[in-house]
Amino acid sequence: MISLTDIKKGLLVSLWFVFLTFPLMVIKINPIDKVILWRWSNMYWVAGGSFLCYLAMQIYKTRKLTRQEHIKQGLIKEKPKMQFKLLSDPKIYLPTLAVAGLFFLAFPLLFSTYQTNIMITALMYVVLGLGLNIVVGVAGLLDLGYVAFYAVGAYSYALLHLHFGLGFWEVLPIGGLLAASFGILLGFPVLRLRGDYLAIVTLGFGEIIRLILENWNEFSHGPSGISNIPRPGFFGIHLGLEQSITYLYYLMILMVIFTIFVVNRLQSSRIGRAWFALREDEIACQAMGIDKTKTKLTAFALGAFWAGMVGVIFAAKTTFVNPASFTFLESAIILCIVVLGGMGSIIGVIIAALILILLPEYLRAFSDYRMLVFGAVLVIMMVFRPQGIVANIRRTYTVQKND
Amino acid sequence: MEPLLNITGLTMNFGGIRALDNLDLRVREGQIVALIGPNGAGKTTFFNCLTGIYKPTSGDLLLTPPGKKTRRLNGLKPNKVTQQGLARTFQNIRLFPNMTVLENVMIGRHCRTRAKVLGALFRNAGTVQEEQEIVALSLMILENMGLADMVNEFAKNLPYGDQRRLEIGRALATDPLLLLLDEPAAGMNPQETSELEELITTIRDDGLSILLIEHDMKLVMNLSDYIFVLDYGKKIAEGTPEEIRNNPAVIKAYLGEDIEDA
Amino acid sequence: MDYFTELFFSGLTRGSIYALIALGYTMVYGIIGLINFAHGEIYMIGAFTALITSTILNIYGFPLPAVIILTVLASTIWAAAYGFTVEKLAYQPLRNAPRLSPLISAIGMSIFLQNYVLLAQTSDFLPFPALIPDFKFMEPYAGVIGTSDMLILVTTAVVMLLLTWLIKFTRTGKAMRATAQDQKMAMLVGINVDRVISITFIIGSALAAIGGLLIASHIGQINFYIGFIAGIKAFTAAVLGGIGSVPGAVLGSFILGLTESFATGYVSSDYEDVFAFSLLVLILIFRPSGLLGKASIEKV
Ligand SMILES: Nc1ncnc2c1ncn2[C@@H]1O[C@H](COP(=O)(O)OP(=O)(O)OP(=O)(O)O)[C@@H](O)[C@H]1O
Ligand SMILES: [Mg+2]
Repeated sequence: MISLTDIKKGLLVSLWFVFLTFPLMVIKINPIDKVILWRWSNMYWVAGGSFLCYLAMQIYKTRKLTRQEHIKQGLIKEKPKMQFKLLSDPKIYLPTLAVAGLFFLAFPLLFSTYQTNIMITALMYVVLGLGLNIVVGVAGLLDLGYVAFYAVGAYSYALLHLHFGLGFWEVLPIGGLLAASFGILLGFPVLRLRGDYLAIVTLGFGEIIRLILENWNEFSHGPSGISNIPRPGFFGIHLGLEQSITYLYYLMILMVIFTIFVVNRLQSSRIGRAWFALREDEIACQAMGIDKTKTKLTAFALGAFWAGMVGVIFAAKTTFVNPASFTFLESAIILCIVVLGGMGSIIGVIIAALILILLPEYLRAFSDYRMLVFGAVLVIMMVFRPQGIVANIRRTYTVQKND
Repeated sequence: MEPLLNITGLTMNFGGIRALDNLDLRVREGQIVALIGPNGAGKTTFFNCLTGIYKPTSGDLLLTPPGKKTRRLNGLKPNKVTQQGLARTFQNIRLFPNMTVLENVMIGRHCRTRAKVLGALFRNAGTVQEEQEIVALSLMILENMGLADMVNEFAKNLPYGDQRRLEIGRALATDPLLLLLDEPAAGMNPQETSELEELITTIRDDGLSILLIEHDMKLVMNLSDYIFVLDYGKKIAEGTPEEIRNNPAVIKAYLGEDIEDA
Repeated sequence: MDYFTELFFSGLTRGSIYALIALGYTMVYGIIGLINFAHGEIYMIGAFTALITSTILNIYGFPLPAVIILTVLASTIWAAAYGFTVEKLAYQPLRNAPRLSPLISAIGMSIFLQNYVLLAQTSDFLPFPALIPDFKFMEPYAGVIGTSDMLILVTTAVVMLLLTWLIKFTRTGKAMRATAQDQKMAMLVGINVDRVISITFIIGSALAAIGGLLIASHIGQINFYIGFIAGIKAFTAAVLGGIGSVPGAVLGSFILGLTESFATGYVSSDYEDVFAFSLLVLILIFRPSGLLGKASIEKV
């Protein structure tokens, strides 16, 4: 499996990484007291780690190559993917779905309020992920300012409550619609741009909105934010903290189900097909009579809609909003969810959101490395598995032959 | 009678390069018209100008659907041109590789259907019926293309010749008046080419007009009613296959000056 | 008047730094058509390496000229090494992937490197030693332009000249231009495209490191996050000038630097970053080919 040259090359690679990381990983200085800290152990970690990574990659590559070779020669058949079987066989996926459904329904009864709170956050990211998935995963528009729409939702609840005393249920659709309108407003000029420019412009817009929230004190109360935002009411009954968290949890579950329903229907519709086609080839798409701008705009606005709604829920959950919650990193996390889950894949995005949000919460050791891992995930997925953990499945049709 | 497509004075500049130079061209209804010329003559550029993908520097593009008023295609966006009844294939196949064969054709129906977001959400009777019609029609087209066995394959997994035919099928799904084919026989073996010849004839017999770019002279001569020859962006000849075959300017453009000198 | 001159020179200084970073964006974009998101991070790593090297050398009591030379060397070498490695790991495997893939990979790389430095070093701002003493002969002008401003301007000018010479007149430069124009053709005529791309990353990264070093010693402190904003601004400059164009990047950088300097000086400093972002958005919307870039039509 591993040849001598592989090992030699691996050693060279590890040597290179030791060199590369030496100043930053090994040396640590304190410029004020003028002391140097030499952290030699880090060097051994880097050396060992990069060596093993290299070998693992080599093995992965050769295995992939031989597999392809065998498939070409017809020695082995291309296996239908395990996950496709899992997802298409009702005998397997129905019970799984039932168990998962029961688990999520019983969650607040089984676990503490603290845990429920974490799960609410994870579910919020599920919805955010599904929303961004429409834009990035399905329509192929790299939106790096998604968090701006989230902020629009959150601030619309905070401000509409503050100035007009509007409640959660009134603002929930308003927040979504406001975010969608912002999406259209922003989308109109920028959706003509090429993909990579679009990414930068949306990133710029996201930052502009955050900076405005931070500096425009009269409007947004600046960096200190707005507090005392009420939690959602339950038909006028006052809920205690614990009850209201449980309530919010079930609300989130409903929201997730609603999102899945809508996103699924959209994707398998005429418009959803146009989105997928747009992602695949814009020029061919136009030549087939699809209005590029309009189709993109719909995707953009619908994606923003979910972010706006979750923003309202976020404000209600934390009872407090400030600009610090809406940085670029937030957009990056949501993007990471979509990429890890698989562009366009609903199940994938749900699983990815749960993994990426819950894992750092439960593995404390992991939580420091959270953003590092998110960055690495983006790169690794693009290089090794661009289709994500659960590839998007195209709908199949049965053809009746009438001969 | 007005020709179906009437192009006058079409010119296209790229920076300093003049890729099309004051071109006049007509396609009459029910005709198969070929556009030939050496590599780099500007044939594909011509298609791109016609379909709104490039914005021509000057010139007039007029379409007269049978029994209807003449309309100008200049300045229309590509999707509007398709809606007016021009559908094309690409020289470098541009299918939607990660969508199924059937979905590729279904996309072609997009501009002839109307379901909106709300229809998608509520699946009202009209939307459902429209969707069923899209599927049925697309399946029929695939049957005619001989691709009925692979409706659920990803387009990228199809053999080359099938991809070319799928692209034609996708274009047909838009209900065009005029079908624009950019080197449909490129990369096909003789067997596939003769099947293609048959296919194109059938399409014409179904009432479509066809504008064909092709390097395979046998195919061109067999199929075309009329031929235009381009060289360096200029039209150097036009006529029936017979006339073109014996035109010295065409022979010169294809074989180069040296041969004549020798 | 004095205030104006002061703002003018501070704008030039800013512009020079942006130019050093913007060149990396523009060169990489010119060659592989990728917005190298991680470029700002390379600049930040250059600054960190410079800080670490100079501090160590100072502690061991090296004389000032040696400290300066070795610091410059170390920061450019390591930044170049990072640029090279990033390209090999995150972009090279994606040469033939859909256009979004390398972009997402670049964003991932950027986040990774930021947090790598954050974890390996610190999240605090670190003071950066003033490497350059105030020159005697500059004293009369001290009210207008400081020694380090002066040095930044001169260094930038020299670097630009070198780069122009390299691109215009050397074999490597020719290979780079050929690759930028048509990768396939370049490969056919025997140019080692992978090597050319690597060299481009190396040069771009080294330039960014020089920028990082200069700005760090000018401002006097750095942290892991400086690359993000600087990167976006330099990118703005590159787009403003016309991405892919080397003189464009320089021009765009000076325009951006001056506008920012005057805007913060005369209008308000709260919205400093908003200003740059808005400029970026406006150019991309109204003139995506930039001031010196050529509008090209995608070949179909
Ligand atoms: N987008 C563009 N930008 C600049 N030049 C272009 C562009 N598109 C085409 N050209 C130039 O226009 C000329 C004509 O090219 P075109 O592709 O139309 O030729 P063609 O007749 O289709 O050739 P082939 O038979 O090889 O397909 C060429 O010189 C080409 O380089
Ligand atoms: Mg052509």
